[in-house]
Amino acid sequence: MTTASLASSAQPETVEYYDGLIKKFVIAASLWGLAGFLAGDYIAWQLAFPGLNWDLEWISFGRLRPLHTSAVIFAFGGNILIGTSFYISQRTCRASLFGGAGLGNFIFWGYQLFIVLAATGYLMGITQSKEYAEPEWYVDIWLTVVWVAYLVAFAGTLIKRKEPHIYVANWFFLAFIITIAMLHIVNNLAVPVSFTSAKSYIIWSGVQDAMTQWWYGHNAVGFFLTAGFLGMMYYFVPKQAERPVYSYRLSVIHFWAITFLYIWAGPHHLHYTALPDWVQTLGMTFSIMLWMPSWGGMINGLMTLSGAWHKLRTDPILRFMIASVGFYGMSTFEGPLMAIKVVNSLSHYTDWTIGHVHSGALGWNAFISFGAIYYLVPKLWKRERLYSLKLVNMHFWIATIGIVLYITSMWVSGIMQGLMWRTYDSLGFLQYSFIETVEAMHPYYIIRATGGLLFLTGAVIMLYNIYRTIRGDLRDEAPIGGVVTAEEGAR
Amino acid sequence: MDLMTLTEIVRSLWVVWLMGIFFAIIFWALRPKNKKRFEDDAMIIFRNEKKDGGPSHG
Repeated sequence: MTTASLASSAQPETVEYYDGLIKKFVIAASLWGLAGFLAGDYIAWQLAFPGLNWDLEWISFGRLRPLHTSAVIFAFGGNILIGTSFYISQRTCRASLFGGAGLGNFIFWGYQLFIVLAATGYLMGITQSKEYAEPEWYVDIWLTVVWVAYLVAFAGTLIKRKEPHIYVANWFFLAFIITIAMLHIVNNLAVPVSFTSAKSYIIWSGVQDAMTQWWYGHNAVGFFLTAGFLGMMYYFVPKQAERPVYSYRLSVIHFWAITFLYIWAGPHHLHYTALPDWVQTLGMTFSIMLWMPSWGGMINGLMTLSGAWHKLRTDPILRFMIASVGFYGMSTFEGPLMAIKVVNSLSHYTDWTIGHVHSGALGWNAFISFGAIYYLVPKLWKRERLYSLKLVNMHFWIATIGIVLYITSMWVSGIMQGLMWRTYDSLGFLQYSFIETVEAMHPYYIIRATGGLLFLTGAVIMLYNIYRTIRGDLRDEAPIGGVVTAEEGAR
Repeated sequence: MDLMTLTEIVRSLWVVWLMGIFFAIIFWALRPKNKKRFEDDAMIIFRNEKKDGGPSHG
């Protein structure tokens, strides 16, 4: 302990952080985010007006949809995750990035190459038809190489830390990196037709393939979209609020509970299929159990503001972060609910699922990322503050209204769709044909696409704001919410 | 006892073993003796503040 504290007081100035690398990840995340949101909103309009595919196979729904999901999850989410994990690990370990700029740049450019290979493949119709794991074998191998390099850089940084304790955010990032490596390799075990062919066959077949796919798919949600982003939450929320996390002990329990439970939840994607009943029940049970650690984590994030709630009035960046934690709580309540077999019999294959995914993806993942980007840009480019906090505020409200339009329309549309599918007439025939359900959903598709357009608009505002910040401009504006007196603040 | 029966027994022990680890972690996290160190650990992000610059808002 004595040596450690000596080291901390004597040495901090000598540690060099590789922030140039993190700048690249932040810019890449922002640009890929815009592309991913644009693709998503375009296919949302295609669902409302199918003619928008212009009879071109390259922009048909089936090809643009994986482009959208991969762009937002792996390109936007992946870049911000890798970038923030390097930012956070260097600072909380008081160590410079293992492997330095060389390894860092390999990871950055290697990861961008993976994205470009995957995305161009989708547009040309190259896919192995596994949801969220569409890239073919050669892209999978390349990603494995890049991912192992990422693990080496991250774990190497932890190993050479000067801080005796590994801060909890890093645990979440490490769980994310290791689990994604395991999931990616097992789910993508495939035999190519030949070494010059893009086509391959997965070694799993039938129900084993389905189970492996959703073991992968749900843990991509659990460890990519949850654990990694929780790592961001445990650093940026306390930093922006300028107070330590509500309970560090709760964060320890949160981490291990998530890690122990998430891996079993996958079967809830396969209710009422050929999957054995006991596996379905197992998946359902673990999904319900996940409610507890999820809400423990949400409470931990929200209560960090305990005694400082007034900051939400004046700080739109913190508002993004806290709203994201709220959405995390909401979607992790909805998820276990939908994993219950009887609820799933209504919700599965309907728009309700799409609405649920987007309350998590837009509300939780994107909002915490926007918060992190707004936090990072002035720090990385050494600016006094962002160009405009008013624009952050505008982004927040436009995006929030967009999300609300999106998820409410999908609730109504999804439940209506599910009910129409199971309605029988007096003779026992199905009351509605499939196309009648599609017609009934048309207005909700328009509302959803409008919500998406608002969300996209918010991202454009963010890009403008960070562009001006990087240029070094400061907008002359009054502080948001006026000046808070100490008395009001204490309330 | 043949190998299959043995495998089954060891498999069910695995559940007990994982539960044991998990409860040990909870005990470790909630143990009053460790309260102070966890409170210290929560402050890691605020150390070395000078180099990091001030808060980004305002």
